Amino acid sequence: MSLARDVMTIAAVSAGAFFFLAGTVGLLRFPDTLTRLHALTKADNLGLGLVVLGLLPQAASLRDGLKLVGIWLLGLLAGATVSQLIARAARHGQLNR
Amino acid sequence: MSIETVFEIVLVAVVLTLGVWTIVVPETFSATVGFVAYGLLVALIWVRLDAADVALTEAAIGGGLGGVLLLGAAARLRDADMMADARPGKLLRAGAAALSVLTAAVLAGVVLLLPDPAPTLAPAAVANAWATGLSNPVTNVLMAFRAMDTMLEKVVLLLAIIGVWSLAPDSAWGGRPGPRHQADPRGVLAFLARLLPPVGIVIGIYILWTGSDHPGGAFQGGAILASMWLLAIMAGLADTPLVSHRSVRFILVAGPGLFLLVGLAGLLFGAAFLSYPPALAKPLILGIEIAMTLTIAATLGLLLAGAPERSTEP
Repeated sequence: MSLARDVMTIAAVSAGAFFFLAGTVGLLRFPDTLTRLHALTKADNLGLGLVVLGLLPQAASLRDGLKLVGIWLLGLLAGATVSQLIARAARHGQLNR
Repeated sequence: MSIETVFEIVLVAVVLTLGVWTIVVPETFSATVGFVAYGLLVALIWVRLDAADVALTEAAIGGGLGGVLLLGAAARLRDADMMADARPGKLLRAGAAALSVLTAAVLAGVVLLLPDPAPTLAPAAVANAWATGLSNPVTNVLMAFRAMDTMLEKVVLLLAIIGVWSLAPDSAWGGRPGPRHQADPRGVLAFLARLLPPVGIVIGIYILWTGSDHPGGAFQGGAILASMWLLAIMAGLADTPLVSHRSVRFILVAGPGLFLLVGLAGLLFGAAFLSYPPALAKPLILGIEIAMTLTIAATLGLLLAGAPERSTEP
C-alpha cells in the first residue's frame, strides 16, 4: 500500500508544482493586472490544492490530514479575497485615469 | 550533495538577493513588498533550522504585522510627497553604508570565530523541563528560566505604545487612533472580516494553548488575535478604541503587571524574584501567558493603528 501512496503523492505534488510554475510564468509574462491575477489564482487554488492532496496520504493521523485541508481552505479564502480586492483597485485606477 | 543542501543554498541565495533588492529599489512600496517576502522566506530558514517557534514569530511579525506597519508608513510618505527631494546627502549615505558594512563584517567575523561545538545551554534547559511541567523547551526558557527577559520585553512593548501615542496632537489626545476606515459593508473585505475572525480567534487561542508542549505561545497567538482585530477595523466593522479608556489601559498593563506581581510574590514567599513553586509552576505560567496574550494582541493592534488622530468629541 505504501507504494500506491507514494505514487499518488509524487503525481499530485508534481502536478501542483507544475501549476505553481505555470502561475509564476503567467505572472511574469501576462500583459496586465487582471490576466496576471488570473495566472496567480490558478497557482494558489489548484497548485496548493494538489500539493495538499499529494501530502494527505503521508499524513500521520486524521487530525494532521484535517489540518492540511484547513490550510488549503484558508489559502483559498485569502487568495480569492485578495485577488478580488486587487482587481477592484486596478479597475478603479483605470477608471480614474 | 543532498537535495536538502541544494534547497538550502537556493533559499539563502534568494533571501540575500531579495535583501539587496529591498535596499536598492527606489520605490518605497516595492521595498515594502520585498521586505514582506523577505520575512516569509526568513521564516522558512528558521523552519529548516528546526526553530519552529522563531519561524512562527518571524512570519507573524516580520512578514505580517511589520509589513502592514511599513505599508502604512509608505502610504503616509507618498501622501506627504517628500520622497523625491528629501534624499539624504552623499556624505550621510556613504557614512550609513560604511557603518552597515562594518556591522555586517563584525557579525560575520563573530559567527565564523564561534568555537566548535558552540557553547550551548540547550541540554540544561531540556534536562530541567520537569521543574515547570511544560515540555516545550522554548516556552520553558521564555517563561521560567529567563522569565526576567520576557517580562522586560513586554515593558518595552508598553514603552513603544507610549512613544506612538506621544506623537498625537494635543487636540486628539485620548482620542481614537488612525482614520475611521470605510468599506462597502456588502463587499469582499467586509465579508472576509466577518468570516475569518472566528477561525482566527480559535487558532490564536490554540497556538497559545499548544505553546506549553509544542511550538507556539503567547506572542504568536497574540499576533494572530491582533491581526483579526485589525482586519475588523480595516473593513470598517469595528472602530479603534479611545486610548484614554480605562479598560484599554488595563489590558495594556495586564500582562507585564501580572508578571511583576507573580515575580514579587516569588520574592516574598519563595526563593527569588520570579521563582515559581514547582507545584504551581504550570498554572502560574499559563495564567501569565493568557494575560500576556491579551496585552500583546492589544499592544500590536494599537501600535499598528498609530497615534490618536480623532478627539474624544466627534
